[in-house]
Amino acid sequence: MSEPEERSDGERRRRRRGAEQEMVPEAEFRSYYGQPILKIPRWKAPHLPAYLYLGGLSGASAVMGAAAAITGRRALARGGRVTAAAAAMGGTGFLIAELGRPERFHHMLRVAKPTSPMSMGSWLLAAHSGLASAAAGSDLTGVAPGLGAAAGAASAVTGPLLATYAAVLLADTAVPAWHEAYRHLPFLFAGSAMASAGAAGLAATALGSARDRGPAARMGVLGAAIELAAAHDLEHSLGLTAEAYRLGEAGQLMRAARWLTPAGAIAAVAAPRSRAAALAAAGLLTAGALTTRWGVFKAGPASAADPKYVIASQRSTRSQS
Amino acid sequence: MGSNRLYGPLDDVSGDAGYASHPERVGFFTDTSVCIGCQACEVACKEWNGLPDPEADRLTLTGMSYDNTGALGASSWRHVAFIEDTVPVPHPEGLAPADGGDLISAVAAADGDGADGEGGATRWLMASDVCKHCTHAACLDVCPTGALVRTEFGTVIVQPDVCNGCAYCVSACPFGVIDRREGDGRAWKCTMCYDRLRGDLEPACATACPTDSIQFGPLDELRAIAQTRLDEVQRSGAPQARLYGEDPEDGVGGAGAFFLLLDEPEVYGLPPDPVVTTRDLPAMWRRAGLAAATLAAGVAVAFAGRRS
Repeated sequence: MSEPEERSDGERRRRRRGAEQEMVPEAEFRSYYGQPILKIPRWKAPHLPAYLYLGGLSGASAVMGAAAAITGRRALARGGRVTAAAAAMGGTGFLIAELGRPERFHHMLRVAKPTSPMSMGSWLLAAHSGLASAAAGSDLTGVAPGLGAAAGAASAVTGPLLATYAAVLLADTAVPAWHEAYRHLPFLFAGSAMASAGAAGLAATALGSARDRGPAARMGVLGAAIELAAAHDLEHSLGLTAEAYRLGEAGQLMRAARWLTPAGAIAAVAAPRSRAAALAAAGLLTAGALTTRWGVFKAGPASAADPKYVIASQRSTRSQS
Repeated sequence: MGSNRLYGPLDDVSGDAGYASHPERVGFFTDTSVCIGCQACEVACKEWNGLPDPEADRLTLTGMSYDNTGALGASSWRHVAFIEDTVPVPHPEGLAPADGGDLISAVAAADGDGADGEGGATRWLMASDVCKHCTHAACLDVCPTGALVRTEFGTVIVQPDVCNGCAYCVSACPFGVIDRREGDGRAWKCTMCYDRLRGDLEPACATACPTDSIQFGPLDELRAIAQTRLDEVQRSGAPQARLYGEDPEDGVGGAGAFFLLLDEPEVYGLPPDPVVTTRDLPAMWRRAGLAAATLAAGVAVAFAGRRS
């Protein structure tokens, strides 16, 4: 399979088919009756995108809870801890429901495999949800406050990893839209997680003191900025594969996020002074984070279903090398 | 975790997986130039492995030539592709059998550069696809339960009593081979007839193949046979013939099941240059670690702001 031969094949096809094709180069690709080359991911909505959102929310909320505890913001600490525990449990539920054999969920902890992001993630999720639950339980009941605080501090270490490992989970596949975005997805997820947790913090403290709302609002603004920058970067550096994020359902969701997230960030700026703004920011940032996760999820199956994405990325890699 | 565990040539896959002593690595060489599309491989596979028909008794016609199987899947571990199209014919002598009327000549015509070819001739390619049993198998690497394992023969199999149907392997396979079976919930794929190998028998498909299009044997021997056969096919009028998946330097470290193709891989529904996704895994974790640190730093910044 020599290079010159490939090229001459391409030239011959071009001559044969003439100029009736569209301007896009993928019109050149041949395929087997247009059938997908890859299997369409079996993961489904709402399970997977909901897990992506909840995992990020839990991870960043744990960090928020720990930081609030250290800085003496009681209401925000409790809000962060309870959100972290509840989101971890909810996310775990979605993951188990996603399995073909849910009763075998414990097989996830049968081995620890560094080559499997899902194996690493299962251990991480198990550790994180245990820590987050202990911290939240202690906070709510007042039992063993020392241990609760220690668990909360430890969950601030597992939290950021939980929020970003999911990007590796998606990227470590053959799915073009996910794999080729492996440089961008971790930051997209980190920003989205921060915005989600900021939103939860604002919701938890909307009726409380403005002092608690400040950090949550700043997390929302900062998270939104990271999320938007990563999404912009992603859509402008993937070449043809970026189409999977622009077209169809994924495109609608990503475009919706581009309005919701900045609107949420603007509301968050006013949140420390206004309860209404805090609640609006909470709602908008949450909606932005959810649509982002859903959009990223939907781009995957779309890019696996159309063989042009697989062929284009592999052909262009080869011509570069 | 050396780099060879994730990418690049790897001489001893079974040894790498932990087998102290093991038989030679075996594989399939599927020579599509002599495939006649009889689909005996598909039938033998289904019979031997007792594969269910998910669409029980429902005949589905795909409109894709004689291919009514459609694709490899949880219950179709061999799949014969039929490519039936019209190609330009430059001159009558282009059809003249190069070597006493063998099956290659029709394809040789297809390669003619007849730009003015009106009408043309029917070209009919057939190829029996199967799991590639990759040297670096993404399905195996990403499996979180240990259900997917490397066998002593160097092949990759799913242990049905362990698989919990997480479907990670389905998204990870660069060839779109493994799938989760509806109603069963677990992932399934070709085992290269592990049970027959254990009993010193050839896999059912290779045994049933009437033209020896599917050849089974030690991988090293098959690679040598394939090279000889490729030279022969190219000399007899199909210069566009190529081997697919035989190269240990390729993106999956070489496949345990490789092919002689008469056109570009994507024409057969195969990825042109697949790369095991785990090649980039270290880079992915580095980015995730950086992003996690960014998140933690971001929260710290948010709390370090004005303390009222």
